[in-house]
Amino acid sequence: MADLHPDNPYSKERFADPAKRVEFPPEAKKKFEHILTRYPTKEAALLPTLHLVQELWGWISPEAVHYVGELLELSPATVFGVVSFYDMYDQKPVGKYRLRVCTNLSCMVSNAYDIYEHLCERLHVDPHETTKDGRFTVLEVECLGSCGTAPVVQVNNDYHESMSVEKMDALLEKLT
Amino acid sequence: MDPIKVLTANIDKPNSTSIDTYVAGGGYESARKALGMKWEEIIQLVKDSELRGRGGAGFPTGMKWSFVPRNAPRPTYLLCNADEAEPGTFKDRVIIEKDPHLLIEGMIIAAYAIGSNPMAYIYIRGEFHYGAMVLIKALEEARERGFLGKGIFGTNFDFDITVHRGAGAYICGEETGLIESVEGHRGQPRVKPPFPAVVGVFGGPTVVQNVETLACVPHIVRNGADWFKSFGSPKNTGPKLYCVSGKVKKPGVYEFPMGITLKELIYDHCGGISGDRKLKAVIPGGASAPMLKPDEIDLPLNFDAVMKAGSMLGSAGIIVLDETVCIVDAVWRLAKFFAHESCGQCTPCREGTNWMESVLDRLERGEGRKEDADLLLDMADNIGGKSLCALGDAAIGPVISSVKKFRDEYLHHVEHKSCLPGTTRYRRLDMPVGAH
Repeated sequence: MADLHPDNPYSKERFADPAKRVEFPPEAKKKFEHILTRYPTKEAALLPTLHLVQELWGWISPEAVHYVGELLELSPATVFGVVSFYDMYDQKPVGKYRLRVCTNLSCMVSNAYDIYEHLCERLHVDPHETTKDGRFTVLEVECLGSCGTAPVVQVNNDYHESMSVEKMDALLEKLT
Repeated sequence: MDPIKVLTANIDKPNSTSIDTYVAGGGYESARKALGMKWEEIIQLVKDSELRGRGGAGFPTGMKWSFVPRNAPRPTYLLCNADEAEPGTFKDRVIIEKDPHLLIEGMIIAAYAIGSNPMAYIYIRGEFHYGAMVLIKALEEARERGFLGKGIFGTNFDFDITVHRGAGAYICGEETGLIESVEGHRGQPRVKPPFPAVVGVFGGPTVVQNVETLACVPHIVRNGADWFKSFGSPKNTGPKLYCVSGKVKKPGVYEFPMGITLKELIYDHCGGISGDRKLKAVIPGGASAPMLKPDEIDLPLNFDAVMKAGSMLGSAGIIVLDETVCIVDAVWRLAKFFAHESCGQCTPCREGTNWMESVLDRLERGEGRKEDADLLLDMADNIGGKSLCALGDAAIGPVISSVKKFRDEYLHHVEHKSCLPGTTRYRRLDMPVGAH
C-alpha cells in the first residue's frame, strides 16, 4: 500500500508504535494526580491531562494518546476524538515557537495578513508547516480576543499585541 | 454620556491583581454580606436588579438562578464561561487579567445563591494562558485568606474553584458545548431540553454565567438593586463593558451605563474613524451580529434597542469597518471563521457554513456568478434555525445583513471581477491553504 500523507488519519504516523511506550516522569505524574482530585469523574480530567502531555512532550503523539487512555480508562479512539476536535492540541511535532497569527476581522483590517504572509515567505514555509530547522511553525488562527490591540501574534503562550511586519521581524531576531 | 468606573474600578490600580489591593478597596465584603443572607434573598436581589447575562443572550440572571431545583438527586454546579472567543470581544479578558478577585467574589455569591456543591469551574479559553495563571494565583491567595475552602467566612458553606482550560474551540462558549468540554468530551452542544439548569454538567443542575455577569454580582450585593438600576434603562440595566475594534482611532474596552448610543461611542469616545474616513458598516455585537449601516448607528446599545434594529448586542464586541474595507472580503473572513468553528454535529451548519465561505471566496476571486447574492440568502435560509445550537444562526447574521444592505457591492464583484474601487482586499489570493 502506498504511503499516505502524514495528515491522513489512516497514515502509519497516526498509529501508536508499541515499541515506543511513553510514561509521565514523577513530577508530571504528581501534577496528574492533583488534576484527578479536582473532578468528580476521571474522564473530566482529559483536557487538563492533554495540556500536561503537550507541555511535556511538545505535541500529542499516538503513543501519548494510548497512554492517556490507559490513565483515564478511556479508549484511544475517545482520546483521539478529543485531541482532533480542539485546535490547540498538536497532532504532529511542531516548532520550538508556534507563531499563531490571528487573521480574524479586526486583525485583518489592521493588516494581519501582511504579517502572516511575510512570515511564510521569510521562513520559507507553507502555512501550518514547520521550518526545516524545527524552530518555527506558522499558524493562521481565529480570534485571540485581543481585537483592541490588533493585530496580535501569539508566540507559544505569550501575546504580542499591536504588531506590524517590522515588529515581527524584530521579534523573530530575539527568538533563538 | 460620561464613562463610568464600576466593573473597571480596580484595573488601573498598581498591583490590581493582588488580594491586598482588592481587599483594601472593600473587596470580599459583599461575599461576607451575602453569606449572611438567605439564598432566596440574594436571588430576589439579583432579580430586582434586572441584571441580564453579558455573554450574548441577555437572559435575566436572577431568573436563571431561580430555575435551579433545590433538591436535585445530583450536586448543583456553577460554571463560569470565560471562553471569550467571539470575534471583536475582549472585555472578559480585562476582568480576568486585571481584577480576578472581582470574578472570584461574584462566583462565591452566585454559588451560595444557587446552592452549589463545593466545586465550581472557570472555563477559560486555552489561548488565555496568562489569564489562567493570574486566576490560579488569585485563587491560591483567596484560599490562604480562607475566602475559599471549608466553611468560608465562618459559615458552613464549603466552596472552591478550579480553572479548567479549554483548547481552542469557539463552540465551547455555547453553554452546553462548554458543559461537554468540562466533562472531557468534544465540545458538541447538547439537545435542549433538558436545560442545563435541570441537567447540566455531571448530570447535576448547572448555571453557566459569563465573566462580566458574575463581576456585576458583588456590586449589586454591596450597593443594592436600585443603585444597579440607576444605570441604563428599565430591563436593560447596569454598567456595561463595550469592546471597540477595527477602523477607529482609539480602540479598546469602554465602560458606560448600558444604553450609550453607538454613534456617541464611536465618534465622541473612540475618536471617530481612522484617518477621518467615512464609516461603511458596524457590527454591534461580535461576529454573529448582523451589520448596521451608518444611518442606523444613532442607536442605544442595549439588548432590546439593538434587537429592535434587527441586530443584537451580543457580547458588545463592536467592529467598525470604514469605506476602504471590501464588505465581501470582510464577510468572507467571518464565514471562514464560522466554517472553521462549526462543531460538525448538525449537517445544515457543518455543510452550509463551508459552502457560504466557498461562494464568498469565489466572489472575491472574480469567479462569482450573478445569482450568488441570492444563492447566499438561500443557503442562509437552509441553515438558520436548523441546527442544535446558535452557531448556525450566528453564521448567517453577517451574510444576510450584508447581502441585503450592500447588494450593489456584491454585484460589482460579479460584473467587474474585482472589489469596489477604493476598497482593499487584505489577503493575497495565491497563498496555499493551511491544513487544519
